[in-house]
Amino acid sequence: MSETQSTYNYKVVRQFAVMTVVWGIVGMLVGVIIAAQLVWPDLNMGFLHFGRLRPLHTNAVIFAFGGSALFATSYYVVQRTCHTRIFSDGLAAFTFWGWQAVIVLAAITLPLGMTQGKEYAELEWPIDILIALVWVAYAVVFFGTIAKRKVSHIYVANWFYGGFILAVALLHIVNSAAIPVSLTKSYSAYAGVQDAMVQWWYGHNAVGFFLTAGFLGMMYYFVPKQAGRPVYSYRLSVVHFWALIFTYMWAGPHHLHYTALPDWTQSVGMLFSLILLAPSWGGMINGVMTLSGAWHKLRDDPILKFLITSLSFYGMSTFEGPMMAIKTVNALSHYTDWTVGHVHSGALGWVAMISIGSIYYLLPRLYGKPEMFSVRLITVHFWVATIGVVLYIASMWIAGVMQGLMWRAVNADGTLTYSFVESVKASYPFWAIRFVGGVLFLSGMLIMAYNMVKTMAGGRTVDDALVLQPAAQHA
Amino acid sequence: METLYLLIPISVVLVFLIAIAFWWSLRNGQFDDLEGPAYRILMDDDKATGPVASDPDSSPGDAGRAPSREKSSAANLHHS
Repeated sequence: MSETQSTYNYKVVRQFAVMTVVWGIVGMLVGVIIAAQLVWPDLNMGFLHFGRLRPLHTNAVIFAFGGSALFATSYYVVQRTCHTRIFSDGLAAFTFWGWQAVIVLAAITLPLGMTQGKEYAELEWPIDILIALVWVAYAVVFFGTIAKRKVSHIYVANWFYGGFILAVALLHIVNSAAIPVSLTKSYSAYAGVQDAMVQWWYGHNAVGFFLTAGFLGMMYYFVPKQAGRPVYSYRLSVVHFWALIFTYMWAGPHHLHYTALPDWTQSVGMLFSLILLAPSWGGMINGVMTLSGAWHKLRDDPILKFLITSLSFYGMSTFEGPMMAIKTVNALSHYTDWTVGHVHSGALGWVAMISIGSIYYLLPRLYGKPEMFSVRLITVHFWVATIGVVLYIASMWIAGVMQGLMWRAVNADGTLTYSFVESVKASYPFWAIRFVGGVLFLSGMLIMAYNMVKTMAGGRTVDDALVLQPAAQHA
Repeated sequence: METLYLLIPISVVLVFLIAIAFWWSLRNGQFDDLEGPAYRILMDDDKATGPVASDPDSSPGDAGRAPSREKSSAANLHHS
């Protein structure tokens, strides 16, 4: 027992880290397929058509790729910063296999059309229950590790991870409340606009806590570690956390502007979305300024390039988001590809890039190597991915604004200038550019997979990383 | 708008719970030192390339490791 107590549990970190890359490739491949289906409609075959594959894509990239990255990094960060082995090896293993089971079940049920029809919460009730069990186990493992920490201070990254875990548990349980009629079919416990409001309270906070708070935890650990410098302002990072936590929960109604939702609720949603700009940019600046005085490191460290570029995209999308939440802007942008571009600016630029950078940081440490098999290939990956994101979001901006303008254009006699299908036809070139951007980003993931396999092949699985004495005593 | 009768109480209760967590962290001294923690994670050397200097028991499995290790946790990449 004393033997196991003196080392960190790297096994579960390793498992999730490798699956991050695997699910990244799978999820992004499905994304590229559905992008191709929009350009070449003939590719919609059988039950593998856009409507069935789109939720598979979102679930795979958010929960399989992003989720695995969050599990891997949170288990690593909480152990290293608390100077203690993970709370329960058994429960941690259960979270790994349970989460993989959820992903496989999603990949089977969604193409078969088993869905609750709620965005980012499509999975049917038996899978929802499994998710809840895994998540409770995750919370027990994470907070159990915090509880047995060897230092009194809880590092800020753990606050972000902890907030993300608790919020996602609450959101998932409230939004997934449903009345089952069979093993594969259920109806939401809420109806009409109530259902829509609960759904987007969930949906926006899934973005806010799953795709933001968790990844900010990643940022506050891996940016300083990779840069070899303390975070620009630790004080600001604490303010960032509390400000974000207090305001995020209220922004959901901006997804329902100009719907049956009462006007004042929409305005509250818009107001809180605008307020969110402040903590978001505070955090972004804090992360980027960590490099203050050491900017040269950005020149030849591709991992740092990934991390800092991801923060730039975080800043961009947290500026764009509040702008799009303004009712008058939303009147133009809603239901267009601008929204799709905005999501991918956050998902590819921020979430994927910070994850990729963090996984590149972790892999050599998990496989007993001084660095990745090829640093040059990380640089190649960085540029391929960055060009891919830029092509993706620029084409979607143009397509989105064009669609919005075409849909609202009216002739002098009050009739619509364009039919809907004309806006579809005009979008084709931009969908083709988006497809190319997606292919580039996917190629980057394949380069990463090759680099990972070569790193693993020459390394060993590190299971003897000793728990270090906290530096506090002599600091 | 019955949904608001659910979501607003949930949000308000949540804000109170967050406030309690904040109050606890304040009383617990989590914010007493807002400089040191940023440096402390950097002192935790997690490089996989060698035994830990302060811990003489860490010899098993050293065979496969590189003999030298860099002190700086930053430079895990070096272009020649």
